[in-house]
Amino acid sequence: MGKTIWSMCGMCSVRCPIKVEVDDGDISWIEGNPHILDRALCPKGSAGKALYNDSERPQTPLIRRSGRGAGNWDPVSWETAIDYIGEKLERIIDKYGARAIMMSCRGGPWADLYKAFIHALGSPNFTNHDSACGRNVHHASLSIYGLGRKGFVYDIKNAKHLVLFGRNILAALRVAEVNQVMDMLDQGGTLTYVDVRQTLTGVKAQNFFQVKPGTDYALALGMINEVLRIGAYDKEFVDKYTIGFEKLEEFIQPYTAAWAAKECGVKEKKIKSFVEQIGADRPKVIFHPGWMLSRYRDSFYHSRALQILNVLMGNIETKGGQIFAKGPGDCGVKGLRTLDSQIPKPEEKRADGVGWKYKHFDKGPGLFHLFYDTMTTQDPYPIKALICHRHDPFNCFPDPQAQKDALANVDLLISVDTHYSEFGWFSDVILPESTYLERDTGIATQKGPKPRFIVRRKAVETRFNTKPGWEIYKLLAERMGVGKYFPYETIEDYWNWQLEPTGFKIEDFDEKGFVSLTDKPIMYDRENLEGKFKTPSGKIEIISSKLEDAGLPSLKPYEPPCKPPKGKFRLVFGRSPIHAHGHTINNPLLNELLPENTLWINKRVADRLGLNDGDLADVVSDTFKGTVKVHVTEFIHPEAVYTVHGFGRQVPLQSRAYHAGLSDQKLMEGLLLHMDEAGGGLCLCEKFVTVRRSPRNPRRSVEL
Amino acid sequence: MNRYLLYLNAKRCIGCHGCEIHCKVNKNLPVGPILCEISHEPLKNVRGVPKTEYSFRSCYQCEDPYCVSICPTNAMQKREDGIVFIDYDACIGCMACAGACPWQIPQYNPATGKAVKCDYCIDRIDKGLKPACVTKCTTHALKFVELQEF
Repeated sequence: MGKTIWSMCGMCSVRCPIKVEVDDGDISWIEGNPHILDRALCPKGSAGKALYNDSERPQTPLIRRSGRGAGNWDPVSWETAIDYIGEKLERIIDKYGARAIMMSCRGGPWADLYKAFIHALGSPNFTNHDSACGRNVHHASLSIYGLGRKGFVYDIKNAKHLVLFGRNILAALRVAEVNQVMDMLDQGGTLTYVDVRQTLTGVKAQNFFQVKPGTDYALALGMINEVLRIGAYDKEFVDKYTIGFEKLEEFIQPYTAAWAAKECGVKEKKIKSFVEQIGADRPKVIFHPGWMLSRYRDSFYHSRALQILNVLMGNIETKGGQIFAKGPGDCGVKGLRTLDSQIPKPEEKRADGVGWKYKHFDKGPGLFHLFYDTMTTQDPYPIKALICHRHDPFNCFPDPQAQKDALANVDLLISVDTHYSEFGWFSDVILPESTYLERDTGIATQKGPKPRFIVRRKAVETRFNTKPGWEIYKLLAERMGVGKYFPYETIEDYWNWQLEPTGFKIEDFDEKGFVSLTDKPIMYDRENLEGKFKTPSGKIEIISSKLEDAGLPSLKPYEPPCKPPKGKFRLVFGRSPIHAHGHTINNPLLNELLPENTLWINKRVADRLGLNDGDLADVVSDTFKGTVKVHVTEFIHPEAVYTVHGFGRQVPLQSRAYHAGLSDQKLMEGLLLHMDEAGGGLCLCEKFVTVRRSPRNPRRSVEL
Repeated sequence: MNRYLLYLNAKRCIGCHGCEIHCKVNKNLPVGPILCEISHEPLKNVRGVPKTEYSFRSCYQCEDPYCVSICPTNAMQKREDGIVFIDYDACIGCMACAGACPWQIPQYNPATGKAVKCDYCIDRIDKGLKPACVTKCTTHALKFVELQEF
């Protein structure tokens, strides 16, 4: 007899709500939650079944037997693994203090669990992947609104105009969001897309700006200038809610549309006609402030400029604009109880310097890459253990070799993950987490105009000797003598404990997999937004006191990007809707559709290099070389080459992904500490590589 | 007379290839056979925007299918509603059907040793559901259309 399980997808970090049908203990069907997604699901979502059935993933806890990365593992029981870790951590705490332990994850609704564990041990060093992702966007948003990047949701569906700077929104593929974009287009909305190449998002656009790599900020400045010049902004909103507008007017003077057009390599006429369009469409115009915007050295200021454009459009708390993300409190419901809030905050200063050395950054997860510096210099103190939960720093951060060099100073590396990550393969212990289809997870809050609580429930029994995260950290906490901070034995205990203040019961999730906290969308009174902006002044800060106090300009004069040295190209990267970065490359069904990436290269350049479409090219940085097929196209800027991130994996037990395609992050030598000082994000598009025809293109074959 | 049609609203399709995976997972197919395909023409500059359009292809469910007439065991059949499907109990995996089909639509399933092809998810249709590719299409660009006589 079949049963229905309401759950949440775990193939990427979007975590779409899903419905799973199970027959005789096996998955027969997975679809998007019909109440939220009308059954829609992306290719990765369906391929979840192949992940569950795949045996090329860690099947039991593993302890390293010989040198790091050699791949000799002792399969052990959970008791042995937890005890091994416990002993090592105790030794580290005795010698260096709990602060020598750091924990990283990839954020998301369940970070409470890992944060609670590291704080319970007494270490402040909780971090995540975000300095290689959205930190610039987050900090830009904080500096303008006093709210992080998740402080607003975008009402794309009802917008008249969506403007995307390198935000390849249809490939990033958040199912609900993608449908909003398509709905907007169906209703006659306009899409404007800016990138150094054409993408599957850009082909849907009415306006397309192919800019010179690294000049996005210039284009945004030119747009601001033109908006102010023709008065295409909401004067009333700006007067009422912002500070520093006069300084913007003064600052923006030199950055005319003509100037931007020249700098970016686009047409002035096109910028002007675009600004006329948005002038007519406002306030229903959304400038997406970026998602993964750890790209150029001015990405933080680029994101700030995009937010300034949003403010000029007056798109806050209006249909078709940016809407404050409402939480339980807005619905008169108490929030979920969190583990971390029950634990005394460690008073020690963070090892990455965030909060004391770098006061303008959000202290929450700090900046992971700075820990590598700490590991090497031992300043302010040594880091001796690193736990990575579902996070693969070797895939996520540039220059894995530089990371390995720093990790030589760290005594214990632990990977908690459902699959073999590149970091896991190098680490000392792998604790295999059950896949999302095999595990329950704590209850999560999803904010928005209609906030909800949602839960992931286990659909099928575990195939291997794996455990869910809530149990892994409970076991570790018990072993470390801090089990009292994890006051549950079963997942039901945990759910009930989380839910207790809210008045809901876990049974309330049985009908649809979630509980809505309101029937109707909640909108604040747009005429009365006082107190909603959490900046020091309570206003939208075009001039940010926090930045100015840190000695950083709020409006940074534009500096042109470095031109690639002769014979070199700027390496840019992105994603495909088939894969979730490095996570899914080895998934049998997804691998079948996209088994390797290519290197996009401009046609004129390729002709010069003697490269035809499909030829093999060597891509060389300082000491690393990759070989990959080229995709020759006229629709990429001649200064750039592009590849899909996540390939070139070197975990032998992932037989399908092993050495398939090109790894962009391994080419990014020297970028590990190349940070945007104002935004905290890494500058991942600041590497120039050489491309040449590979000698591996067959000409003759003379084997005996 | 064919009763059904799979229709792609190319304006809504984002080229994510979800349909291909939804189909494979529903039919429990291993690596190898792919029963429907999204493809596109090379990008072309249209008024300053590089454009392309997606197209969807699966079995055409021919009016007079060669795969049916060539099948030596009568495993390949055409139903009254037009759906061309395989009776797996009768299929011997000789793949004569693939050879007879102008587009080599029937494919070999190495997991079963038999042929497999798009049958509009016949089992789902008979339960009043829609094909897997349509049901789960990421943007609901794919539609399952029931043709009506004028």
